[in-house]
Amino acid sequence: MRLEYFEMIDSVVRLDRAAGRIEARALVPEASPVFEGHFPGHPLVPGVLLTETMAQASGYLVLAHLDFAQMPFLMAVDKARFRSFVGPGATLDITASLEHDGSGYAVTKAAIRHEGKALCDAELRFRTMPFPAGLDAPMRERARKIGLLDGAQP
Amino acid sequence: MSDDPATGSATFQRVADIIAETADIERDKITPESHAIDDLGIDSLAFLDIAFAVDKAFGIKLPLERWTQEVNEGKVPAEQYFVLKNLCARIDALVAEKAAKA
Repeated sequence: MRLEYFEMIDSVVRLDRAAGRIEARALVPEASPVFEGHFPGHPLVPGVLLTETMAQASGYLVLAHLDFAQMPFLMAVDKARFRSFVGPGATLDITASLEHDGSGYAVTKAAIRHEGKALCDAELRFRTMPFPAGLDAPMRERARKIGLLDGAQP
Repeated sequence: MSDDPATGSATFQRVADIIAETADIERDKITPESHAIDDLGIDSLAFLDIAFAVDKAFGIKLPLERWTQEVNEGKVPAEQYFVLKNLCARIDALVAEKAAKA
């Protein structure tokens, strides 16, 4: 994870296009300015950053589902639940599934587990629209770096 | 009493209930003649919430992107899609189309 750069997903473990499901991994850094404030002496990954992590896994799922034809932007977060704490150095296992592919929007359900235990989950909705000029290429490059399309199931 | 076939139709009742709940609008204010945006004040985000609920309830996919493009290009007046009685007629057509393909 590069928390301060909002690059939350380190790698895609598995992409199952037919099932509309993605599994991804993220390693929480040992140190970050985020932890200095949240909280002093008791570093915890903020819930909003866990939400962003779920949103990014979902976003990559939607990108792959749409074959990079459109860009998803987070529109709504429903029923977000943060069930446990997690701190520096943790490995996060993120899953997201496509619940609905609408016209101009998409809905996913995402969850994060840590050491086999449920950490958080939410229902997320995205607005999908044509890529803003110049964003298409960096998103494809980022997707390539995290292995979004390597080992994707057809 | 209007003789509009959509008045009090089952589709309208379901759509109006969805709008009331999703967009937190008083059910009494929602009529078949209501314009979703101009009369009910539904913004684009709330309209997508409603579209999701409608898509799920009726098992269809409202072609919002096509509708928006047609309205923006001036090919179709916005009333054709956003006045509720017309929206309900479109929903009925999509449901019938899906049933015909099944």
